[in-house]
Amino acid sequence: MPKRDLISMADLTRADVELLLDTAESFLPVLERDIKKVPTLRGRTIINLFWEASTRTSSSFDLAAKRLSADTLALKASGSAVEKGETLKDTAITLSAYSPDIIVLRHPSAGACQTLSANTDASVINAGDGKHQHPTQCLLDLFSMRQNLGRDLDGLRVFIVGDILHSRVARSDIMGFKMLGMDVTLVAPPTLIPRGIEEMGVSVKYDLADLASADVIYLLRIQRERIKAGANYLPSLREYARMYGISQARLRPGQRVMHPGPINRGVEIASDIADDDENLIAHQVFSGLAVRMAILYRTIVGYSDGSAGGEVL
Amino acid sequence: MERTWCRHAPAADLLITGGRVVDPGAGIDAQLDVLVAKGKVAEIGEGLSAGKNTRVVDAGGMLVLPGFVDLHTHLRTPGREDEEDVGSGTLAAAAGGYVAVFAMANTDPAVDTAAVLRGLIETARREAVVPVGFFAAVTRGLAGEQLTEMGELGACGAVGFSDDGRPLPTAALIRRALQYVKVSGRFIAIHAQDDSLMKGGQMHEGPASARLGLTGIPSLCESLDVARTLDIAAYEDSAVHVCHVSTAASLAAVERAKAAGVRVTAEVTPHHLTLTDEALEALDPNLKMNPPLRAESDRQALVAALRSGLIDCVATDHAPHAVEEKDVPFEEAPFGIVGLETAFAVLYGELVAGGALDLSTLVTRLSAAPARIAGLPAPSLSPGAAAADLCVVDPEAEWTVSPRSLQSRSFNSAWLGRKLGARVLLTVAAGRVAWDQLA
Repeated sequence: MPKRDLISMADLTRADVELLLDTAESFLPVLERDIKKVPTLRGRTIINLFWEASTRTSSSFDLAAKRLSADTLALKASGSAVEKGETLKDTAITLSAYSPDIIVLRHPSAGACQTLSANTDASVINAGDGKHQHPTQCLLDLFSMRQNLGRDLDGLRVFIVGDILHSRVARSDIMGFKMLGMDVTLVAPPTLIPRGIEEMGVSVKYDLADLASADVIYLLRIQRERIKAGANYLPSLREYARMYGISQARLRPGQRVMHPGPINRGVEIASDIADDDENLIAHQVFSGLAVRMAILYRTIVGYSDGSAGGEVL
Repeated sequence: MERTWCRHAPAADLLITGGRVVDPGAGIDAQLDVLVAKGKVAEIGEGLSAGKNTRVVDAGGMLVLPGFVDLHTHLRTPGREDEEDVGSGTLAAAAGGYVAVFAMANTDPAVDTAAVLRGLIETARREAVVPVGFFAAVTRGLAGEQLTEMGELGACGAVGFSDDGRPLPTAALIRRALQYVKVSGRFIAIHAQDDSLMKGGQMHEGPASARLGLTGIPSLCESLDVARTLDIAAYEDSAVHVCHVSTAASLAAVERAKAAGVRVTAEVTPHHLTLTDEALEALDPNLKMNPPLRAESDRQALVAALRSGLIDCVATDHAPHAVEEKDVPFEEAPFGIVGLETAFAVLYGELVAGGALDLSTLVTRLSAAPARIAGLPAPSLSPGAAAADLCVVDPEAEWTVSPRSLQSRSFNSAWLGRKLGARVLLTVAAGRVAWDQLA
């Protein structure tokens, strides 16, 4: 079986996505047991290479691998040979000497997964590369939607609000949401909308006037760098919060708010929503574990089998 | 005065028989024999015979063309001879059918003094396989501040002046350069780029960059600088050559300037004529260059402009990089690709075979047009030219671009691993056999 990478949502068909979500669902009972571990990937080796800061993604990949009984190895840029100037290619060659089955990579530069994949026999899973893609975040978002809003996401209306220009999550989500038949609208000031994004099949709006038509409001983090002098993406966080920040007052009943974290209270999200049980933000984190278990499992055993349940457990 | 230099080699005596000779300047497109004696085209016609010391080359089924001239090559010498030197770069040129190339000045140190230029000329006399000439920098160290001694550099033989790789940063500097260059009788070649719109740019700004999440380089980044430079050239009545035009918007500015009588010429690269930003999906660093691959509408406008003559010539922007520099994530890779050895194969295969450009137009844009801009006589197959400058191409060949098949010291080609047609099998440059796959 040739190795299978997951670098972009474009690497997956709709059937692949549904299989991954079904597989993730089949892992949920494991996570509710007292002994939260299955022997499925015993003897397999999974390396987590995080060359950029991460809390949720790195911890959930690590735990997901352990729940499947794989041997794991976690490396960060600081304290590794990266600090001595080792290139990604040489790190790939070095780590490949351990014959890992999977290398999970988080990296600040788009294209890093391709460089890694070209220099290792391990399957590469993209845990975020530059502003390019974050496919496992998209899959866990889809899983949270399916668990909370019903299995059929076709026709669901999603507003993605925030810094689209700099967001790898937005790019993966647009592809995944469209793949499952959702209607996607992007909302941001024009400075944070990449030119030509409409060709991905989305609508673009510069204000929240139509917010009531959304079933799901997906918020993106606004980074402080965007208001640095000379950047001129935003005049101030205050103006952003006034025009695009989401608080209870802006929502109608039944609308669900999502956010990939970490959140900026008082900027893109008001505390009255962040602290409300109705939002899906904590569920997204929860989903990360089951979904990443499913991704690791499918990457190793293959995407061909439609019935995950029996053989997993 | 001399503009190119080359190592010594014995003059060629060759009878090239039965090829399709295409020399648009001489009005020739016919199956003819070409006799080269003592390095000069002695006779062209049917059924020629040769003396017993003359090698006969059977060119049946092949094209016999005037040799090509490249106005835009990076030979990385001095400073990065690990990537390319005068010998390897000019051998790559010969393998691509080129009979003269001009090297850009962004070396280390830059070609910004007569001493550096004289050193290069001496190197060329020892090592160059085909004649090579040199641009000198517009500003010292390419720093965009103080003009170089263009008078002395021109007298030493600089073909023109360029800070290629970097734009001239201010209108005032562009103006001073365009004024002062007149002391040399040469021209300024511009790398058009508004740096304030370039910052962090990785690829053409458009739907593909939006999808890939790479910072875009808008077409405005080039066209604004082209337009302002040509306005200044008009005001100063000075000669400008626009390097590697990549956008339809820049063409509009060139067209306006030409219509107004401005002394402007323009070049386009083989990659901008045949590839677009849609090719970047897999984030291959060998598709990263500046200016970047543009939109399909830009590509079509460039082909039309090359056909009409609005763009005067093809230039390769041959930019060798060491393998370790390119074997990194796309976002960290330097700009630039090699191009001397693939130029004709790519353009013949993509444009001529596809019907977008006729062969004689392509030959003119690769040969006579750039020679004229450089102040060289046009390579010609008609008897009487000073020295034979020609190449023989097998249009039916199939070859794979690989580190082994390229003569350049670097192999950062956009077509690496791909099969191409039309292979140059013989090049005679300045009357000397410079490349020979027919022996």
